[in-house]
Amino acid sequence: MVFFAIPFAIVFKISFSYMVPAQPGYAPLLEWFAETQRLVATFNLANYQVLLQDTLYLSTFLYSLKVAAFSTVLCLLLGYPMAYAIARSAPTTRNLFLMLIILPFWTSFLLRVYAWIGLLKTNGVINNTLLSLGIIDQPLVLLYTDFAVYVGIVYSYLPFMILPLYSNLEKHDLTLLEAAADLGARPVKAFFKITLPLSMPGVVAGCLLVFIPAVGEFVIPSLLGRTDQLMIGTVLSAQFFGARNWPVASAVAIALLLLLLLPILLFQRYQQRELEASRR
Amino acid sequence: MNDRGWFRNSILGLGLAFLYIPILSMMFFSFNNSRLVTVWDAENSPTLRWYVRLFENEQLLGAAWISIKIAALSASGAAILGTLAGLVLTRFGPFRGRALLSAMTTAPLVMPEVIMGIAMLLLFVALEQMIGWPAGRGLLTITIAHVTFTMAYVTVVVQSRLAGFDDALEEAALDLGAKPATVFFKITLPLIMPAIVSGWLLAFTLSWDDVVISQFVSGPGSSTLPMEIFSRVRRGVSPDINALATIMVLIVATGVVASTIWMKRQERKRLLEEQMARSDTP
Repeated sequence: MVFFAIPFAIVFKISFSYMVPAQPGYAPLLEWFAETQRLVATFNLANYQVLLQDTLYLSTFLYSLKVAAFSTVLCLLLGYPMAYAIARSAPTTRNLFLMLIILPFWTSFLLRVYAWIGLLKTNGVINNTLLSLGIIDQPLVLLYTDFAVYVGIVYSYLPFMILPLYSNLEKHDLTLLEAAADLGARPVKAFFKITLPLSMPGVVAGCLLVFIPAVGEFVIPSLLGRTDQLMIGTVLSAQFFGARNWPVASAVAIALLLLLLLPILLFQRYQQRELEASRR
Repeated sequence: MNDRGWFRNSILGLGLAFLYIPILSMMFFSFNNSRLVTVWDAENSPTLRWYVRLFENEQLLGAAWISIKIAALSASGAAILGTLAGLVLTRFGPFRGRALLSAMTTAPLVMPEVIMGIAMLLLFVALEQMIGWPAGRGLLTITIAHVTFTMAYVTVVVQSRLAGFDDALEEAALDLGAKPATVFFKITLPLIMPAIVSGWLLAFTLSWDDVVISQFVSGPGSSTLPMEIFSRVRRGVSPDINALATIMVLIVATGVVASTIWMKRQERKRLLEEQMARSDTP
């Protein structure tokens, strides 16, 4: 009886604290309309109509998706070789490398993004170095561009790409590659036929871990990004804090959530499978 | 494969350079005398001027104190609730709502922060109107919001630790007549303690670092350090932020290196003891 009652009590208790994040918008959204009394019925659908009709929202959604997708690909292209190199290095140096990858993650995310302003701005480190070396004679416009946002996202989320890839690549059976070499496959071919397909779960997990938060990213585009093309996270908080239009901001949040529902579910399924696998 | 070693090492070197050059350059320029931050003033540098300025800045120091309080409180809350959730999910088999609980646990891991922030705020507003609690927004609402999003990390860490050890230990204790509560405090809890500790540290760091969610659920007079930094940084680089960043990076780096060395030493001690135990037995 004790074993039955306690877990249920715990689940019951915990389910309360969990309901909080899992209810984004839904109930509070409706309640909000009830509070604003006169605006109840009319405003309700209008928020979503605004989303559909105003091309601003459509273009920010598309832009956010583009930025996130592009940064995810860049992250993969940089992260995969790094994870591979760590997984194939000597076991003693492996932990050192892993620590070097994780260390920046423990330091403030905000300050790491801030560091890039100093590098990228017109009289920043990169421009000053290139100018003094005589490679360019006009400072490049680097800050407040798409490029700066890509760099910021790749920089901030690189550990999230490397770690799942590493934990996958580390488990590979190297004798498979030896067998392939014995059978005459060249290393490049062996990589594409064996290593890459085997590492697909790691690739998917890493990409989702970068892509999902990147779509809703708010800090990076507002510090490094363009001012004429906003990302959805920026629009959302501008609606919220600037225009104080909470209902539209909520509608934006719901739309963003719907957009990301599929990738989030995919990630959860992956996580579940990993846990089951480690239990066996 | 050895002829490829140079290629792998150079990629790794480039990647690590990419990770560390921004941080190092930020630290380097914190000793620069010039207001322009990234233009090196060779005559008057290096200087500790900005560090002195930093410790005279009441506003930043106050925000740092608020952040420490919130981070410690919410990490402790997250450690307790996250451990309970982890236990329930791994130990109690299939029950009603297990899938739901499990999905809710991992959701905050990937949920964009702006959605979390807006959801928490609307919930607090609705609660306040319904039951009058929490009255207004401030330290309490930030702490609750931080507990909610950081406990997911604790749960995952505890879950993977629980999945890693043999529940035969618990069963054995039960067979020997120990009460469930005794089993929990004598066996389960000590075994998962390392996971709880690292979960707590992770929660502390995440809470200490969070700007987006705090911004949504904070009220007047409860600006955390990241919020303060964010509003300053939006206006461009400023040398005292470089000094602040340098201090924070050094604290974290020392902490991580120290804990790694400590864990290595514990490991070596354990191995040595095992060897001695083995050589003792004939």
